[in-house]
This record gives sequence, C-alpha cells and structure tokens, in this order.
Amino acid sequence: MKEGYVRYGNKTTTRVMSIVTFLILVCLSCIMLLPIFVMLTTALKPAAEIFRFPPTFIPNQFVFSNFVTVFDKLNYLPYFFNSLFVSSCIVVGTIISSSLVAFGFSRYNARGKNILFMLVMSALMIPYPSVMIPQYVLFNNLRWVNTYLPLIVPTFFGSAYMIFLLRQFFSSISNELFEAARIDGCNEFKIFWRIALPLSKTALATVAIFSFMWSWDDLLSPVIYLSSMDKYTLPILLSGLTSKFRLPPWNTMMVAALYSATPCILLFIFCQRYFVEGIVTTGIKE
Amino acid sequence: MNKKEQNRNFFLFISPWIIGFLLFTLYPVVSSFYFSLTDYDATRAPNFVGLSNYIYAFQDPVFAISIKATLYYTLLSVPLGLLLSLVFAMLLNANVACKGAFRTFMYLPSMISGVSLSLLWSWIFNPQFGIANYLLSLMHVQGPLWLMDENWAVPSLIIMSLWTTGEGMVIFLAALQGIPKSLIEASVLDGANWHHRLWNVTMPMISPIFLFQLIIGLINSFQVFTQAFVMTKGGPHYATTFYVYNIYQNAFMNFKMGYASALSWMLLIAVMLVTWFIFKFTNRFVYYQGGENN
Repeated sequence: MKEGYVRYGNKTTTRVMSIVTFLILVCLSCIMLLPIFVMLTTALKPAAEIFRFPPTFIPNQFVFSNFVTVFDKLNYLPYFFNSLFVSSCIVVGTIISSSLVAFGFSRYNARGKNILFMLVMSALMIPYPSVMIPQYVLFNNLRWVNTYLPLIVPTFFGSAYMIFLLRQFFSSISNELFEAARIDGCNEFKIFWRIALPLSKTALATVAIFSFMWSWDDLLSPVIYLSSMDKYTLPILLSGLTSKFRLPPWNTMMVAALYSATPCILLFIFCQRYFVEGIVTTGIKE
Repeated sequence: MNKKEQNRNFFLFISPWIIGFLLFTLYPVVSSFYFSLTDYDATRAPNFVGLSNYIYAFQDPVFAISIKATLYYTLLSVPLGLLLSLVFAMLLNANVACKGAFRTFMYLPSMISGVSLSLLWSWIFNPQFGIANYLLSLMHVQGPLWLMDENWAVPSLIIMSLWTTGEGMVIFLAALQGIPKSLIEASVLDGANWHHRLWNVTMPMISPIFLFQLIIGLINSFQVFTQAFVMTKGGPHYATTFYVYNIYQNAFMNFKMGYASALSWMLLIAVMLVTWFIFKFTNRFVYYQGGENN
C-alpha cells in the first residue's frame, strides 16, 4: 500500500458499494423530485384532465396557456408586485442594519460586548408568536395596521441570524487594512462603508438571498397585519385559494404556486454558491 | 484607538440592534406577560384578572389538543428529518458519480416552501384525484382520506415535511466534509470497520452540528403554522390545531388577546426549557473540538 493512501476494503467491494450507492441515490432523487414533477404536469393539464382517475403522469394535452390565464383568473400580478415590494424593502433594511451591527460586534472592544452578543444569539430562540401580540398592539397604536410598515420597519433594526453571519465574515478581514485606513484619516463609518462592505460582497449577497426568501414565504405576519385585499402579499392570496372555489382549479393553482416559487428557484440556480455558504455558516434553515 | 473611543464606536454601530431589541423583543416579551394577566380584547382597556387565563388554559380542551398535535408532529418530523438528512448526506459523501446533480435534486424540493408547498401537497393528498392515493392503488391499497381524516391529518403533514430534508442534508454534508481525512485514515489503519468509524469518528465530529440542528428543528416545529392555515384550517375536528395556530385563532379571530398572551408565554417557556434541557442533557455526548465541555 502506498503511503498516504488508504483503501476502505478491497477493490471489488468498493466498486460494488459505489454502484449500490449510486442506485440508491437515483431512487431517492426520483422520490424527492416526484412532487415537483406532479406540480409541473398538473400546471400543464387542461381543466377536464385534472379530475380524472387514474391521473395521467404526462398530460394528454399540454395547455401552455394556463401559464397566461392565471393572471386573469386570480388577478395574480398585483399581489406578486406587493410581495416583491415588501421583500425588497426587507432585504434593504436587513442588509443595512445587520451589517452595521455586525461590524460593531466584530471590530470594537467594549465592556459588556460578550453579554450583548449572547443576547443577540438568545433572541434567535424567541419564537415570533411569543412577541407578536404586543407588537400588534404597538403597531395598532401607531395606526400602522393594514400598511406594510409593521412588516418592514422591524427589519431596519437588525436580524439576529444575519448579524451572526456577517460578524463571522467581518472578523475574518485582516485588521491591518482597517489600521491603514485609519492612519490615512478615514473615520469609522467610512472604514465600514468603503472597506468592510466592498470586501464582503459574498456575505452580503448571502444575507440578501436569505432575507428575501424568508420574507417572500412569510405568511403569519402579513396575515395578521394586512386586512384589505389590495394590500395582500402572494402567500395570503395563495392561502385563500383552496377555500375560494367549490371545485378548485388545481391546474391554475399549481401555476400560481410555481410562479410564486420562481424567484427562489431562480436565486437558487444562479446563486448556488451563496446558498451553500449561507446555510453552512449559519447552520440555519427556515 | 483608546478605550473610550472603542466604547463609543461599538455602541454607535450596534445602536440599531439595541433599539430594535428593546422595542421589538424585550418590551413585547415583558408586556405579553402583563397582557397574559388581563382580559385584553384589543378594543377595551385591559382588566387585571390574575392567573385566570392560565387556569382557563388547563381547562380548555383545545389547549390540550393543540399541545398533543404539536408534540405528535414534532416528535416524529424532527427526528425523522434529522435522520434522513444525515443519511442523505452520508450517501452523497461516499465515493459516487454525479454528486453535484444528486445534491441539486435532493435540495430542489426545499426551494418550494411555505404556501406554495402547502398547495402542492393539498393536491397530492387529494383523496380522489391525488397522486398519493393513485400510487397506493397501484399496489392495491385503498388510500386514506389524508388531510380530511382526523387520524391521518398529522401523519400527512409529517410525510410532507420529509421532502424538505435537503437543507439539513447540505449542512450535514459540509460537516462531513470538514472531518479531517487523517482521522478517518488513522481509524482505518487501526482496523476500524464502518460502524466503528461511524460511532467513534463521524458521529462525535459532527455532534455539535447535530445538536444545533436538533434545537433549531424543535424550535421551528413548535411553531408550525402555515400548513394548518392553508391545508386544514386546524381540522378535521381540531386534529391539526397546532399550538401557534391556536394562538393565532384566539388572538386574531376571537380577539382573546389576554388568553392568547398566556398561551404565547407558555410557548416561550417551553422553548427555553427544551433548549436548556437539550444542552444540559447532551453535554456529555457532544464533542467540541479544541475545548473542554462546559
């Protein structure tokens, strides 16, 4: 046996094992992808074909127009843009506030810093339902109910997950850069703005992607705060569909669901790197 | 920079978080306790009623049902999800072709989440035309009514939750790849077989990640809401009236804000207790590299 090379068993077993693993993975992938497949094919079926037993795996007739008629049938677009507006504001708020706070935690020493950081982390554990009622009362007193403000404004004060993620990143930037800038007469905010942020594009992209996806899917807080239909976000629209129709048009609904998952899927396809990085650094799922 | 400047800059930079924490976390947590001692109904001024909201909770059958449903869901979906994502990660960590493609396939279902996912699974579980009962009928099994059957509603949601194991898988995969090759090689040279390696090398090395995943999984699962709201409306016959769904109903449908505050306080206590208990109990099983357990 050559040095530095270890074989886990003999050659034939290894090969057999890797073939078996491969086959298992093929089966698992098929099982995991089945729901998405069902979603796609249902979205393409004509109305008559949805309510047929046995269901067809491949539609007998492809109705691509489903992807257009959804805009008429569900008045889809205004809600899409509502969601887009809310999520964009949340992304901006989260990035600005969390990066400022994370910079503070990573760059300066102060008394009580560790305790404060423990508080940030413990805020991660506090369930939203435990604070939502007083928050509602607060925003109600401010006359903010049925506006987007209760959804957006809190994000301008930092998100614990993102503070954690960005602090890790800022801490990895070498201190010499900051010292050099300081000697050149940069003030602290300029150091943050001109040096720390441009160096952290990857981490900021991760924050942007994750805060977008979480707010895009959020149902509970929009349901609580938004009462007039013209303000609804996509999740509220979609959540009402099953009870809206006597005979739900599943093909149209699947198109609607697909469209609303599209931004996240696109982000995943084009920014896979940031995804993996973000999930791994924070160890967080939704 | 001297100490004073450091202090000043530190607090300047983190001031957004301090304000946010006081306004949107600390104040709500404290005032939610105050509301829980009142009969607040969102319109009239709250009256102090002592502990009667808490006493009422223990007489309220829906409270008991909601705890049972939430625990049922949590105790099955979290361990199963963890186990599956770990197994998936180990399969992908093995020496196998097309790793990248498999990783994408397994992760893709996690991209469809929230309400879209709930709509999709409402359709899959449709007793007459859904794919679930069709597949069962191929095996000559008469499928249940799924979400419309009291006994099957929660299991249906558990089954559905297993399709989002992709995220846990990615995390475990990274943890597995972070195990130094030298450790594994050394154990092989010492004659360890695969289950020795699993229990004495792999598991200890990924135990901190495992613990973190467990805690986050439990906390999230305690708050399951979307599925109940979209797919079952808490039914049939309260079967999926999960804890948070019950809070939502009481606070924003019945406007029993005082009672709902009591419920939400108990949720907070439960989450903290569970987290503390897990840390305390698992301490001796979790291996932290380069540090004493404390």
